[in-house]
Amino acid sequence: MSSNNFTYNEQSGGGEATELGQEATSTISPSGAFGLFSSDLKKNEDLKQMLESNKDSAKLDAMKRIVGMIAKGKNASELFPAVVKNVASKNIEIKKLVYVYLVRYAEEQQDLALLSISTFQRALKDPNQLIRASALRVLSSIRVPIIVPIMMLAIKEASADLSPYVRKNAAHAIQKLYSLDPEQKEMLIEVIEKLLKDKSTLVAGSVVMAFEEVCPDRIDLIHKNYRKLCNLLVDVEEWGQVVIIHMLTRYARTQFVSPWKEDDSLEDNEKNFYESDDEQKEKTDKRKKTYAMDPDHRLLIRNTKPLLQSRNAAVVMAVAQLYWHIAPKSETGIISKSLVRLLRSNREVQYIVLQNIATMSIQRKGMFEPYLKSFYVRSTDPTMIKTLKLEILTNLANEANISTLLREFQTYVKSQDKQFAAATIQTIGRCATNISEVTDTCLNGLVCLLSNRDEIVVAESVVVIKKLLQMQPVQHGEIIKHMAKLLDNITVPVARASILWLIGENCERVPKIAPDVLRKMAKSFTSEDDLVKLQILNLAAKLYLTNSKQTKLLTQYILNLGKYDQNYDIRDRTRFIRQLIVPNEKSGALSKYAKKIFLAQKPAPLLESPFKDRDHFQLGTLSHTLNAKASGYLELSNWPEVAPDPSVRNVEVIELAKEWTPAGKAKKENSAKKFYSESEEEEDSSDSSSDSESESGSESGEQGESGEEGDSSEDSSEDSSSGQESESGSESRVENKRTAKRNSKPKGKSDSKDGEKDNEKSKTSDSSNAESSSTEESSSDSESESDSESESESRRVTKEKEKKTKQDRIPLTKDVSLLDLDDFNPVSTPVVLPTPALSPSLIADLEGLNLSASSSVINERKALHPKLGTKGPPGDAAE
Amino acid sequence: MIHSLFLINSSGDIFLEKHWKSVVSRSVCDYFFEAQERATEAENVPPVIPTPHHYLLSVYRHKIFFVAVIQTEVPPLFVIEFLHRVVDTFQDYFGVCSEPVIKDNVVVVYEVLEEMLDNGFPLATESNILKELIKPPTILRTVVNTITGSTNVGDQLPTGQLSVVPWRRTGVKYTNNEAYFDVIEEIDAIIDKSGSTITAEIQGVIDACVKLTGMPDLTLSFMNPRLLDDVSFHPCVRFKRWESERTLSFIPADGSFRLLSYHVSAQNLVAIPVYVRHNISFRDSSSLGRFEITVGPKQTMGKTIEGVMVTSQMPKGVLNMSLTPSQGTHTFDPVTKMLSWDVGKINPQKLPSLKGTMSLQTGASKPDENPTINLQFKIQQLAISGLKVNRLDMYGEKYKPFKGIKYMTKAGKFQVRT
Repeated sequence: MSSNNFTYNEQSGGGEATELGQEATSTISPSGAFGLFSSDLKKNEDLKQMLESNKDSAKLDAMKRIVGMIAKGKNASELFPAVVKNVASKNIEIKKLVYVYLVRYAEEQQDLALLSISTFQRALKDPNQLIRASALRVLSSIRVPIIVPIMMLAIKEASADLSPYVRKNAAHAIQKLYSLDPEQKEMLIEVIEKLLKDKSTLVAGSVVMAFEEVCPDRIDLIHKNYRKLCNLLVDVEEWGQVVIIHMLTRYARTQFVSPWKEDDSLEDNEKNFYESDDEQKEKTDKRKKTYAMDPDHRLLIRNTKPLLQSRNAAVVMAVAQLYWHIAPKSETGIISKSLVRLLRSNREVQYIVLQNIATMSIQRKGMFEPYLKSFYVRSTDPTMIKTLKLEILTNLANEANISTLLREFQTYVKSQDKQFAAATIQTIGRCATNISEVTDTCLNGLVCLLSNRDEIVVAESVVVIKKLLQMQPVQHGEIIKHMAKLLDNITVPVARASILWLIGENCERVPKIAPDVLRKMAKSFTSEDDLVKLQILNLAAKLYLTNSKQTKLLTQYILNLGKYDQNYDIRDRTRFIRQLIVPNEKSGALSKYAKKIFLAQKPAPLLESPFKDRDHFQLGTLSHTLNAKASGYLELSNWPEVAPDPSVRNVEVIELAKEWTPAGKAKKENSAKKFYSESEEEEDSSDSSSDSESESGSESGEQGESGEEGDSSEDSSEDSSSGQESESGSESRVENKRTAKRNSKPKGKSDSKDGEKDNEKSKTSDSSNAESSSTEESSSDSESESDSESESESRRVTKEKEKKTKQDRIPLTKDVSLLDLDDFNPVSTPVVLPTPALSPSLIADLEGLNLSASSSVINERKALHPKLGTKGPPGDAAE
Repeated sequence: MIHSLFLINSSGDIFLEKHWKSVVSRSVCDYFFEAQERATEAENVPPVIPTPHHYLLSVYRHKIFFVAVIQTEVPPLFVIEFLHRVVDTFQDYFGVCSEPVIKDNVVVVYEVLEEMLDNGFPLATESNILKELIKPPTILRTVVNTITGSTNVGDQLPTGQLSVVPWRRTGVKYTNNEAYFDVIEEIDAIIDKSGSTITAEIQGVIDACVKLTGMPDLTLSFMNPRLLDDVSFHPCVRFKRWESERTLSFIPADGSFRLLSYHVSAQNLVAIPVYVRHNISFRDSSSLGRFEITVGPKQTMGKTIEGVMVTSQMPKGVLNMSLTPSQGTHTFDPVTKMLSWDVGKINPQKLPSLKGTMSLQTGASKPDENPTINLQFKIQQLAISGLKVNRLDMYGEKYKPFKGIKYMTKAGKFQVRT
């Protein structure tokens, strides 16, 4: 990506410009009619007039038509001057459409685009956060190199904005600026560093995206934010989740030691995965006893698990690959169920998921074996899905299920989709080689297929049988004879070539048939496909060596034909063979060994899965799908032998303060500015009542997530007290508002996470104590607050609590990690839910299913239309 | 991430393009057309196509290809899922997602796309938020807009964007407070020749239509939550609560949304509510084949089976079919060789059947395989897995909502091999 990408962009932009020009002319010229040409011109003239009119409606109309042109890919660049004038329009829809236009054409009309910049600069100071954000968006999307300094400044300011939405847009702008001018990297990294510290879930995904684009190698920026990211993850929007999970997977692979070694002995097919030489093994053995998972490692694995339940396939896949790449092998099993669930989705999702399952199923059959039937093929599946399913079925085949599978394959072979039928035959071949018990059965089945009416099926069977026979040095004379007979009917070149090769290889086993086949082939030589011709030559050579009496003349005839063939390959081969087998004075030592050369024992081909070598790509990536390194692919590193210092992730008060004290001048300014503006704006927000609700709400939410804000980000000793005071003040104000809003809510019911209300309550009070200790004044208030804290935030609240408890402890024992929580269980929890075959309670459940609708409290709608349904007494369930 | 988006119709015209970064020439789509040609059928076009400088990721829905152009490594599902979300959003906005509709609403489409991605990274995909930013076009609004000159672009940041419950906006008001839940189960099954089940599973969803004032907090509990083997939630559902108590606790999104989708554990035997008796035979000698199918109910728990529809892709050798149904209507398309029979309701006393002959191409050999029969049906007021909602409670608001629940069983991918 980086610089290459940039230059490419430029090029493509330039190329596009010229091309658009061409296109524009071409759309006009081919019609040839002068009338059309002029009307086109007139139309634009007309648009210009509309844009210059005083009426908003006319302008809007014009803009809509222009956007329509852009959407169709027509060139509207000549309207640029007229459009850009409207950038300051009061009408928000016109403004938006002008933005759309600007972003599209600014690159081509850089000078004119500069006219609009001042408008954006003004909008960046607007009190409305939506306007600030969209101004930043458009400003950063205008790819005009001259304004790089302005963009940089705007990004810096926006990254300290009070509104998390604006900060999110700042994170997006970082990537845009970077692709426009990679020189700014250092400055941008500073902004990224600052935004990574942001506690808002809105920002997290976007800033990690920026991190991945700009400086994916600066893993050191993540350390301090690792735990925060893990804890925020559940609440981040789904697209951000995907990006963060991928980044954290990479992070984990560099920072933790492998959790796999302990269960090395359990897994039999793991060895090749490690490429373990003996030395390493010894080491492994030593470490086996001492391995204990880093609690941070555990934190990541534990916090991503709920995301397997996401409705977003990309998130599920991201978690699955995380488990695959960093979780202990014993815990990876839980992902299979979720992946199988994704198979119900659209064909494109199926395609990607099946590819990943195919790779996984090679290494670990056990994971997907229980779901074997989910991979059965339906006649309505698209061919690419069918072949992928087949691939997985092959990988999953073993002694126990092969008979069922073979029965299933029998139906597939008969499929009307012949491409699929051919793939099935190959599959049968692979099963036959992998599972020795069924080799003969498969072979017999394939021989039966030779009498199939469809040529493709027969051809494919021939090819597969050839491979199978090659693997088995046993006598299969009958089959070969049968195939020799087929030669009269089969026309598919590959199949013919295969039969000829097979006869050649086994010519001594079928001494009577082989010369006859050669005779027939000699007759039809000229009309054969090149592939077949080569094999005829081979067959002739082999027969000449073993049975020269009968075939000498035939061979010479064929060699003569080959000598004058149109294809140089065949001429070459003919010459080569002649020299080798027909001894003359010139021929060297080689011809003595001709027989050995031609009839050497050939190693049987390995029938392997095409997904065999894909595992070196990170699952779920584009590179994995393509089986080729896509540009910008970030290699997943191997586990380190020794874990790097885990303490770098500890977020401690002192260290953070140190971290925050500026190293460079710019930083100092930044931090100072940020601090200043924040406190100021906070006052603003509490003053201005109209806009403040959302903003201060978000602010408090943000604080909610981060009890530590007070001591982490702005801990410059003297200011902290006042800062905290004001903060807590505003917080409580907001909270009051909230409680007022929801006072109807019964107190005790508010929060029942894990169903342990009592426990929870005590925890709540604990945490509120903690809170009150820090903000000593509003103790009674805050207690009631935290009690009646909305359920909507229960997850978040508990998280906050977790953090708080942690912070309480940190001063006492410095090494206590974030994970030291009551709900954390250091023993690898049995993640696979044990589902007993039929537990008594389940039976009870099932018995309750007589569907008599007797005991249900809720009223069933009897009819389709909701309101026509028999209305039960409304709301009885709520009592 | 996502560089550009091209919408291509079935005849290969690019009718909309949108770029989020530098413009990518539409000539990049030539690679797509090439792949399309090679694939012969639309649904066989590979979703990921590498080209020298770009990668084309596409989804095919409503006879439109949505082709995203990307330049660097990105999880392919990320793009694919996003494209599907785009289609869903269009459907949500315009009711249908088709070429004419998109062309008619090109400005709204453009505005929506502009909001959905920033620099190729998703910005707002929640339809609640989008609808506040850009109001969907309605006839009334178009009229009002032309008179008053107001626009359908919101000027305030949707509150959802910033809140902890982005799926719900604040200040929702309804005069009738109602919450409806539809439990819809689909049976995916493959039935073999002899009528025995090869594989069968139940996939279910609970679709909610919630129109409640304020910020209600709902709890939905089941009689038999153990049936649910694997679930995926709308982001509003509290996961911890589900883990510990097996109840769904959530602040609902406003309007219609999919609350939950689930899979019923494979250990449970699936009751197959219908059976198909078939007698399809081709003979080598004559150019006529016999065709006869009968559909009948099985394990329906006393409910009627409705909306039965039988489709079958006949082998290429079949020229025409002359059939008489005992009820409903049937069609046979001699070009695509698709037979479909709209049966309607099944009356257990008088089983519907379709009998007749097929005329085969003379001289052609008889097909290897009998056609597979695809079945669609609906059963009202029944969740075939036996899942039952126990109760729905509301906290956080004072009024009493009207609550309703509806069960339905449908055929998913239901195939009978013959």
